[in-house]
Amino acid sequence: MSKQINVALIGNPNTGKTSVFNALTGLNQKVGNYPGITVEKKQGLCKLPRGVKAHIIDLPGTYSLNASSLDENVVIELLLNKNDKDFPDVAVVVSDVENLKRNLLLFTQIKDLEIPTILVINMSDRMRKKGILLDIPLLEKELNTKIALVSTRKREGIDNLKQLIADYRKLSTEPCLKASEIDSVYFDSLKEAFPNQLLYKLWLVITQDVNFGKTDRNEIETINSFKTKSKADLKRLQQKETIKRYQFINNTLKKGQTVDLASATDLRIKLDRILTHKVWGYLIFGVILLTIFQAIYDWAQVPMDLIDRLFVFLSEWTKSALPSGVFTSLLAEGIIPGLGGIVIFIPQIAFLFLFISLLEESGYMSRVVFLMDRIMRRFGLSGKSVVPLISGTACAIPAIMATRNIESWKERLITILVTPFTTCSARLPVYLIIIELVIPEGRFLGLGYQPLTLMLLYIIGFATALVSAWMLDRILKIKKKTFFVVEMPNYKLPLFKNVAITVIEKTKAFVFGAGKIILAISIILWFLASYGPGDDFNNAAEIVSAQSSSKDFSSEELREEIASYKLEHSYIGIAGHAIEPAIRPLGYDWKIGIAIVSSFAAREVFVGTLATIYSVGSGDQETIKSRMAGEVNPILGGPLFNFASGISLLLFYAFAMQCASTLAIVKKETNTWKWPMLQLFIMSGFAYVVALVAYQLLI
Amino acid sequence: MQITLAQLKRGQHGIIADVSSIHIPLKLLEMGCLPGNLVELVQVAPFSDPMYLNINGTHLAIRKETALHIIIDLPDV
Repeated sequence: MSKQINVALIGNPNTGKTSVFNALTGLNQKVGNYPGITVEKKQGLCKLPRGVKAHIIDLPGTYSLNASSLDENVVIELLLNKNDKDFPDVAVVVSDVENLKRNLLLFTQIKDLEIPTILVINMSDRMRKKGILLDIPLLEKELNTKIALVSTRKREGIDNLKQLIADYRKLSTEPCLKASEIDSVYFDSLKEAFPNQLLYKLWLVITQDVNFGKTDRNEIETINSFKTKSKADLKRLQQKETIKRYQFINNTLKKGQTVDLASATDLRIKLDRILTHKVWGYLIFGVILLTIFQAIYDWAQVPMDLIDRLFVFLSEWTKSALPSGVFTSLLAEGIIPGLGGIVIFIPQIAFLFLFISLLEESGYMSRVVFLMDRIMRRFGLSGKSVVPLISGTACAIPAIMATRNIESWKERLITILVTPFTTCSARLPVYLIIIELVIPEGRFLGLGYQPLTLMLLYIIGFATALVSAWMLDRILKIKKKTFFVVEMPNYKLPLFKNVAITVIEKTKAFVFGAGKIILAISIILWFLASYGPGDDFNNAAEIVSAQSSSKDFSSEELREEIASYKLEHSYIGIAGHAIEPAIRPLGYDWKIGIAIVSSFAAREVFVGTLATIYSVGSGDQETIKSRMAGEVNPILGGPLFNFASGISLLLFYAFAMQCASTLAIVKKETNTWKWPMLQLFIMSGFAYVVALVAYQLLI
Repeated sequence: MQITLAQLKRGQHGIIADVSSIHIPLKLLEMGCLPGNLVELVQVAPFSDPMYLNINGTHLAIRKETALHIIIDLPDV
C-alpha cells in the first residue's frame, strides 16, 4: 500500500484554481473550516495512475506569500510548517495563461521554499485567441519544473497533471532566486545566526506583518530579537525582492513566450466599454438586480407549492400509517411540519446562490466593485463592501467572511456591522408567507404588488445598511488607512460544474445548518405545547364541556375548543401569555410572540414554529398558510394577520438582529463581544420601535 | 514629460517612473506596479475615481489618492 500524496493547490485569485480542484476531485470533496478560524478549508481526494491516491487541499487565493489577510495567512502557515499533517509533498501552482507574468511571482516564491512545485497553465484554450505562443520545454528548463497545460473548460490536460503529481519525486527543488541576492550583508548575518535554516523561509517569517497562527511561534520570537532593520527598510527590501523576481520572470518569458497582440481579439474591451460606463454601467447593474428578484419570486413558486403539499401529505400519512401515540404525534405535529417550514425554501435559496455565483464566476462582480467604490465611500464603506452586501442577500455569515479583502479596518468593521441589515435568505420565508397573507394580488405597471413589496423590503434593507454605515463612519473614531486595489479579471463564461457545486454545497450547508436548529426547536416546542401544568391543562375536556354546555357546539367545534384551551394552558401558552403585554402593541398575539422569541436562534424558525404550534391539536389537512389565514385576533376579531400587523411583522424582521450564528461570526471576525452585542441590542431595539409605530399608525 | 498617474487621461498610456513605496501597498507592487512597466488608463468611474488600469497586461482598479503617488513618463508626442 502506498502513502497518500499531499497536494496543495495554490494560485492567484481568478486563475481558475477552483475549477482545477473540481476537475481533480469532482464531488469527492469536503468543505470545512480551519481549526479556530473561519477561513474555508476545501479538501478532496483524487485517484492518480497506478492506484496512488492524492489528498488535495485547495488553499485560499493569494497574490504572493506576503500575507495581508487571514485567508492569505493560511497559505503561509501551511507552507512554513513542515509538521502540519497537510504539509504538501508537492505544490501545484495554478496560473492563467493571460497573466502568466504576474502568476509566476507566486510560483518563484513557493519554489524558493524548496518544495517540489508543478506549474499549471490554465485556460490554455484561450492561447490562440490571445495570440500567445509558449515554448513549454524551454520554460520547463528555465523554471526548473514540470508544466501542465490545462483547460478545465475543454477538460484537457487533467490526466497529464495527475501523472505529474504521481511523479512528484522527480521534480527539482532548486530555488529560482537566491535569497542572498536581495541584500547580501543582511542575509549573511542571518545565515550566521541560523545556520541550519532555509534563508528564504527565515526572510518570510521576519517580514510577515500579520501572524495570526501558532506555528513557528518560538522561531518567530527568536527572530524578532534578531530583527535589526526598521519596518521601512524591510519594506524597501521586499520591494527590491519583488523587482528581482520580476527581472527573473521577464528574462524567462522573453525566451519562452511570444505574444502577438495584433491577433488578440479582445472581448474585454468591448464589454467594459458598456459595463463600466458612467451611465449604462449603473443602468445595467440595476436591471440585473431587478431581474434576479423577480426571478426568485416567480421561478421558485412551482417547486415550492409542490414541497408544501408533500409535507402536508407526509404528516397526514404518518398519522394514519403509524399507531397513534406520543411518538407519532411528535413526528406528525412536531418534526414534520417544523422541517417542512425550512425545506420549502430550498428552491428560492438555491436560485439566490445560483445568481450570486454566476455574477462572481463571470467576473462581473469586480466591475460592480469598480462602479460602486466612489458611492460607497460616501457612506464610509468601500467598493468591496458591495460584495458582502449583495451576498448578504443569501446569508450574512459568508458575507461577513467576504469582508476580509477590504484593506481598511474601519471600512471593513462598518461593513461587518451593517451587513446583517441586508435581506438574507432566512428572512425570505417570513417575508413570503406574510406577504402572501396580507398583500393583495393585483398588479402595478405589469409588476405584481407582492413581488414589489418584496423588492421594497430588500431596498429598505440596503438603505438601512447604508444610512447606518454613514452614521457609524461619523461615530467611530478609527484612523483610516485606505488602500484599495481590486483586480479586474477577464470575462469568463461561468463553468456549469463550478456553479453547480457552489449551489449544491451552499444550499446543503444552509439546510443542514438551519435544519439542526429547527429540528431541535420543533421538538422542544411540540413538547411545550403538548404538555402543561395543573388542572387547567389536564382537565381541559371537562372544563370546556362545562363552560360550553349552554352553547350549542357540534362535536367538531367542541373538539377544537378543547384543543385551543389546552394549548393556551400548556407550558408554551403560559410563556406566551407572559410576554404578550410586550408585543400586543405591535399587533401580535402570544403565538407570534413565541415564534419571534424562538427565531432569535435563527429567523427562518419563525414559520416552522408557527407551523408546529398551529398543527398541535388541529386535525385538519391544511397548509401552514391556510392555518395562519384562519387565525383570529382574540381581542379585535377579524384575521390576526391583517395589513397592519403584517407590515409591523415585516418591519420587525427587516431590522431585528435574530441570528445566533451571525453574532458568533461577528465575534470571531472582530475578536470581541462588543460589536455583536451592539448589533443585537441596537438593531432589535430599533426593530421594536419601528414595528410599534407602523402598527399604531396603520391600525 | 513626467506626471502623476492621477493625471493620465482615458486611453492614454505611459511608463511608470517611480512609486513612492511608503504610500503604495506591497500588494500593488506585486501586481506589477513597478518602475519600467507600461501603464494604460482603461476606464474611469465618475469623478475619475477609482481608475481602471492595465499595467503590463494586469488589469486592476485603484483609487485616485493612490494614483497620486505613482509618477509616470509620458511618451514624447
